[in-house]
Amino acid sequence: MKELGTLLGTRSPAEGNGQVPSDGYLIVDSKELGSARVSAWEAVKLARDIHRPHALDLIERIFTRFQELHGDRSFRDDPAIVGGIAELDGRPVVVVAQQKGASTEENIQRNFGMPHPEGYRKAIRLYRLAERFHLPLITLIDTPGAYPGPEAEERGQAEAIAKSIDTMTRLRTPIVAVVAGEGGSGGALALGVGDVVLALENAIYSVISPEGAAAILWRTASEAERAANALRLAGPDLLELGIVDGLIPEPKGGAHNDHDATAANVKAAIVAQLDRLTRLTVPDLLVARYERFRRFGVVIEPAGEAAPPRHAWWKRVLGR
Amino acid sequence: MRLRMPFGRRKELPSHLWTQCPDCGEMLFNKQLTRNMNVCTKCDHHFKIGARERIDLLVDKASFEEHDAELVSGDPLGFVDSKPYPQRIESARLRSGARDAVITGSALIAHDPVEIAVMDFDFIGGSMGSVVGEKITRAAERALAAQAPLVIVSASGGARMQEGTLALMQMAKILGALGRLGDAGIPYISVLTDPTTGGVLASYASLGDVILAEPKALIGFSGARVTDQTIGERLPAGFQRAEFVMAHGFVDQVVPRAQLKERIAFFLGALRPRADLRWSL
Repeated sequence: MKELGTLLGTRSPAEGNGQVPSDGYLIVDSKELGSARVSAWEAVKLARDIHRPHALDLIERIFTRFQELHGDRSFRDDPAIVGGIAELDGRPVVVVAQQKGASTEENIQRNFGMPHPEGYRKAIRLYRLAERFHLPLITLIDTPGAYPGPEAEERGQAEAIAKSIDTMTRLRTPIVAVVAGEGGSGGALALGVGDVVLALENAIYSVISPEGAAAILWRTASEAERAANALRLAGPDLLELGIVDGLIPEPKGGAHNDHDATAANVKAAIVAQLDRLTRLTVPDLLVARYERFRRFGVVIEPAGEAAPPRHAWWKRVLGR
Repeated sequence: MRLRMPFGRRKELPSHLWTQCPDCGEMLFNKQLTRNMNVCTKCDHHFKIGARERIDLLVDKASFEEHDAELVSGDPLGFVDSKPYPQRIESARLRSGARDAVITGSALIAHDPVEIAVMDFDFIGGSMGSVVGEKITRAAERALAAQAPLVIVSASGGARMQEGTLALMQMAKILGALGRLGDAGIPYISVLTDPTTGGVLASYASLGDVILAEPKALIGFSGARVTDQTIGERLPAGFQRAEFVMAHGFVDQVVPRAQLKERIAFFLGALRPRADLRWSL
């Protein structure tokens, strides 16, 4: 059983997390990149390149008959998150993605890909739709982060993100999450709890922006490059840490050079993963998804410490 | 009790005996402050308190049994800022006496058995890394196994930068375990104290069956400084304070520290674990 090595911690860091078989569509070992591995700061710049294919560029090339569904049914439609029903090789799926703009004008309309709470609530609505009709869920992550403005706070940005993550942890349908560009913190994770989590080769995924980290740790945003290195936020780092299960190769020089080829690679990777996931029963999926996220973290537990008591002392006292 | 500058100039007051309230400026006698649960006797300002003090205030006397006390963080990224991450942890440990930013255990609250997790802002800003994630997840898993309610008292600036994306993943890890708890019909009470922000608020702190907050606690997704910088707007007074967050619908009650235990006990009494809903697939 493939997951066993993962659970037992016997895999080596370079093997990704061992959950995804190398099927030719994916890079599952960072050594495969060799000299093509770019620096963390290069990756940050590539991931943010305004000419990089954004969600709708990928969606129109990967899927057929995409029908967008709008609105969270309680406040408004957030243009920074797009979603809907589409067909992937003839099979209906639900797609939810963060949408950046390709121009200043479009970026203002899309709020630079920074969703408001209603964007996450729309995402949750579409997750539930996927679950109800047992359609596989595909998410594309590309956001600098959730919008930090006062109106977002007033409408419960934190609650919306928490609920979105919470919903994904137990959604009864297969989920493939792809970090397509920028994976900005909790605002990205709200779309990121997948059975399989993939990233494009030059995508980044971080707990905080390099600029934000630099401002806090070195009191100046100009140390962002140093922070990017320290945070290990680039694709190969994510693979080595087991955050993502595989990297999707990009065309030479980066995804912005060839949208068609990028989309073809993303499609091949998603199709291969869905073929695998749709063969699993829902209970097996949910257990594996729980375990996938359960094992994250590096803690040191001194040997010889007693395991937590099976029955707490108060149970003996109260005779329960 | 009025003791403003009783011995002349303020700076001559021995600091181990007196504390000045940052809100109203009152000079408070430390012993009396402690007796008043670290709440200003003049203006009701709630001082931050450590996890041990908090546990003493909330659980029945001598009922607390700590779990996973020995757990310490690794250094998955080899992170170095002004000092290496392991050194940062070590100095935080020496300063605060804690091994990480949360203490977990089993206890009784008004004779009801609970699992409890209490965060400590004093340890690297209460930041959530692998140890916080692991201990809270285990607390939730223990609560599920024991069919006992879970109480989490948050005090945190958010995810711990020095553990990078792995710290972010703790949000999903904890919510997975809390989800199973909720599906099994076991109550989870979330208590927000000053401050509860970032990734902690954007995960477990916001999803209690009942969410209580201490008066004037700072509660927000992004720090006011970030919002200020990003948006370039001045923020309204009281923005992101407990009362503001309750008015906007994301906290059930603002509860003064002195009433917190009895209020939690009330909800624990009303929300009994539903044994008929054991977690199943």
